[in-house]
Amino acid sequence: MEGAFDWAVIWKSRQILWDGFLLSLQLFAIALAGGIVFGTLLAMARLSSWRVLSWPATGFVNLIRSIPFIMAIFWFYFLTPMVVGKITGQQGEAVGPFMSAVVAFIMVESAYYSEIIRAGIQSIPRGQPWAAYALGMGYWQAMGHVVLPQAFRNMLPIMLTQAIILFQDTSLVYVVGLKDFLGAASKQGQITGRIVELYIFVAVAFFAICFLASQLVKRLQARIAVR
Amino acid sequence: MPMIDVQKVSKWYGAFKVLTECTTRVEKGEVVVICGPSGSGKSTLIKCINALEPFQEGQVTVDGVRVKDPATDLPKLRSRIGMVFQNFELFPHMRVSENLAIGQVKVLGRSRDEAMERGLRYLDRVGLANQRDKYPGQLSGGQQQRVAIARALSMDPIAMLFDEPTSALDPEMINEVLDVMVELAREGMTMMCVTHEMGFARTVAHRVIFMDEGRIVEDCAKDDFFGQPRSERAQLFLSKILHH
Repeated sequence: MEGAFDWAVIWKSRQILWDGFLLSLQLFAIALAGGIVFGTLLAMARLSSWRVLSWPATGFVNLIRSIPFIMAIFWFYFLTPMVVGKITGQQGEAVGPFMSAVVAFIMVESAYYSEIIRAGIQSIPRGQPWAAYALGMGYWQAMGHVVLPQAFRNMLPIMLTQAIILFQDTSLVYVVGLKDFLGAASKQGQITGRIVELYIFVAVAFFAICFLASQLVKRLQARIAVR
Repeated sequence: MPMIDVQKVSKWYGAFKVLTECTTRVEKGEVVVICGPSGSGKSTLIKCINALEPFQEGQVTVDGVRVKDPATDLPKLRSRIGMVFQNFELFPHMRVSENLAIGQVKVLGRSRDEAMERGLRYLDRVGLANQRDKYPGQLSGGQQQRVAIARALSMDPIAMLFDEPTSALDPEMINEVLDVMVELAREGMTMMCVTHEMGFARTVAHRVIFMDEGRIVEDCAKDDFFGQPRSERAQLFLSKILHH
């Protein structure tokens, strides 16, 4: 049966697979950065004593977290072009699958990250912001110099673990026809008829990257714990 | 004009009243010790002075500035009042020197060099100049609290608030912190101290305030307080903490 596999197809498809991988990486980086930035703001809004901020933030997070990720991707794929179209007055495909995927990913990841960050902020004893305020710092200074640096440090392992999950989740965008790593392999598989080899390759690549990354997180966790 | 003026301050946590019409004043250069059983509202009251704890009724005025006035620049007012906490509250992710400098740089707008120099001068004063590059977690509790005092002093405060500064310390470290506070009091710093250290109160306090169940029960000169406290509760409290 060994002869039934044709691994040469991977080498032949290397350019397409590489392009797909880069697209996945790009989406990952944007979603991660956006997720952390907006997630931090969402977490701060949720913890605000000002209900005008905390209620909508809580509602948004609960809504997004209750929807399957893949539905959010679909939803934005169809919805964002319509919304943007309405605003700009242009027809149809004003956004395209990549932009809509980016929007979906940032929204979903910011909801996930906001929960992590909220827990991180709450893990900092109340005396810390008090001390910052007592020195005369305002809210943003106390957050930026005192609370968040400590919170992020406590959260680092769990944030990286979430990043690994996010990296795997980027493969979901193939449902809107994007040629990400999995999407590229899938298309190439249909063309060459070697879908098994290509899927195995993608799986092995994902495994290698994510396993390596999680080992790094473990080491990091151990190093932080010593301190 | 008193440095700190507390007028009929009342505060509730939900339905629970933690402070009831607390009124007192602290003159410039005066040292006032606040004592009382746990849960009597001492720490809450002292945190009302720089509005770390909001209060619903009454007024606090510091150096002529009303704390609760919406027009008051609260961060600016707080930067002029030093505060020392029970659990030190040094910033654990910063070195000692950065702890000393950050408020001066970010709040007072001093240059980094100036802030460092000034911070280190105060660090030297509390006897810890050689610890400047350490992280707070590498210091003993007593050392951390001395750094915290130096951090507050390097902001050039017009008054200092101490919220049980020695309660979280091992017994052998209490004196190194009290020594710094005594020295500060003798230099004429305006101080309000929540503490159970009656030795400290006897040595440097001008007045003693005794609180119970959110009320100021006694507010009198030190000698009167230790000589003949008028209220039964203060007598009971004193007999409990002084009988060793």
